[in-house]
Amino acid sequence: MENTIEVNRLERIFGQNRAVDGMTFHVKQGEVFGLLGPNGAGKTTTVRLLNGILPPSGGTARVFGLDPSINGQRIREHTGVLTETPALYERLSARENLEFFGALAGIPVKKLPQRVLDILSFFGLQDRLNDKVETYSKGMKQRLALARALIHEPPLLFLDEPTSGLDPEAAQHVNELIAGLSQRSGQTIVLATHNLLEAQRLCDRVAVMNKGRILAMGSLNELTRKLWPVTWVDITFWETPAETVTGSLKAQRGVMQITGQGEVLQVQVESKDVIPQVVQHLAGRGVSILKVNPRDYTLEDIYFALQAGEK
Amino acid sequence: MNWRSIWTIAKKDLKEVRQNKMAWGPAIVVPLVFAVFMPLLFIILPQVIPVEDVQKELGDLDGMLRAMPPALQVLFEGKDLEQIFVLYMTGFMLAPLFLIMPLIFSTVIGSDSFVGERERKTMEALLYTPTSDMELFLGKVLAAVIPAIGLSWITYVVYIIIVNTASYPLFERIWFPLPTWWPLILWLTPALAVLGISATVLISSRVRTFMEAYQMSASLVVLVLALVAGQVSGVLFLGVGTTLVIGTIIWLVDAALIYISVINFKRSALVAKL
Repeated sequence: MENTIEVNRLERIFGQNRAVDGMTFHVKQGEVFGLLGPNGAGKTTTVRLLNGILPPSGGTARVFGLDPSINGQRIREHTGVLTETPALYERLSARENLEFFGALAGIPVKKLPQRVLDILSFFGLQDRLNDKVETYSKGMKQRLALARALIHEPPLLFLDEPTSGLDPEAAQHVNELIAGLSQRSGQTIVLATHNLLEAQRLCDRVAVMNKGRILAMGSLNELTRKLWPVTWVDITFWETPAETVTGSLKAQRGVMQITGQGEVLQVQVESKDVIPQVVQHLAGRGVSILKVNPRDYTLEDIYFALQAGEK
Repeated sequence: MNWRSIWTIAKKDLKEVRQNKMAWGPAIVVPLVFAVFMPLLFIILPQVIPVEDVQKELGDLDGMLRAMPPALQVLFEGKDLEQIFVLYMTGFMLAPLFLIMPLIFSTVIGSDSFVGERERKTMEALLYTPTSDMELFLGKVLAAVIPAIGLSWITYVVYIIIVNTASYPLFERIWFPLPTWWPLILWLTPALAVLGISATVLISSRVRTFMEAYQMSASLVVLVLALVAGQVSGVLFLGVGTTLVIGTIIWLVDAALIYISVINFKRSALVAKL
């Protein structure tokens, strides 16, 4: 799969502050890639660098194979950006906002009105298209801002804190729309967020950032394996297994440690791949298993472990 | 250069300014005062109060006339005192005051366009559009210059109609505009509109709010007040030649300011101030 974005030792320094400090990563075509980090981690600066509205202090970046610091305008023709604040013209209507950004994005004059109506309908705003944006709720503004980012159907979408400040219902709606985008139209999405649940739900891979640096990068499974090479599985039996059973289990390849007593055992295994063999072994010994529960790590666990390590 | 983008930005800014009452206030009040209230006052005044009394209040009208260039003094020959008063006041004394309009309009609209966009947090989305820095700059400059010149010219037309209509019983002919007004309307007014916006662009990089930008840019009105003082004192009279020379100097200053503005108008600089 081709890389839509390639970044190598990218740097951006503001005075004494290294907002982006030697970042290296790539984003594959059609991937949803998360930039995770606290405020000031350098997420927004990275988005600005990749769109060529800010020149780098060092390193290189390629978006669609182009250098943003030289070909920013050409790159922006194929990117859509949802900024952290909706950044809409509140004195204008939704239609006027989209017609403005659509015209700047180069949508032909004849096609623009229909395109605006289509996208407003897609985001459920067609009934309010002529109302001034200042009369919209926060959730509606965010949907309109997303519509603005998508008006020219860009193959690469940058979403900077897309659900920031929204109530849970509106946030869920926006997240569903984003999930739909990557699934339906195969757009490459870069999601800059500090909302871990959102990132876990939407992203194929994430880069956990702090102070302009990437602390770790990969899918949830990859990051979990990196941080916790071994995993635990809780096994609940119908009745306490015989000592010979636990003894034979301990001797299985990949099983590292067994704790617990009675009907519940905690088994430490090298990786999740070992769990089916463990279950097969126990079933073969005639014990009745009620529940097998591998301990899952969430992105939140990973994030805080990485940030704690950084501190 | 993509002219569709430039025109789109200019149109959007104009739409926005139309919604900003703070920006539109001066655009309604100033022309009303200059084009309607003041000429009517100077034309009606001598019909209500004897001209001799008005003269006493205003000073020596003869002295003022003598300070004029001989070519302009010809215009007053064969006129009675009331006609001279109206001709002098509406044809000459008010002329430099009209130059406040292009300055005010362009600074108000320019401040709203350049600083207001940042203040309202809409600038970032604009910077992410596939436009060049020059297209953004020109779009915003046009949004200020076109209405500034247009509104000034509309005000002149209203003034011409009011002066000719109100003074028709006195002169019994259409006598206005005088030849001295043409370079003022066609040369000096556009120059001042461009001066207002180019100064606003430079100032906008140093201030954070629309009001700050407007107040700083509007201080250029001092230039116009100097012209008024020059006219009243007889030191600098806005005849055809003088107006053309002043206009040329202002156009040269405009060119220098625009050049500096273009060099400094960079996305990277704008985004750093968000």
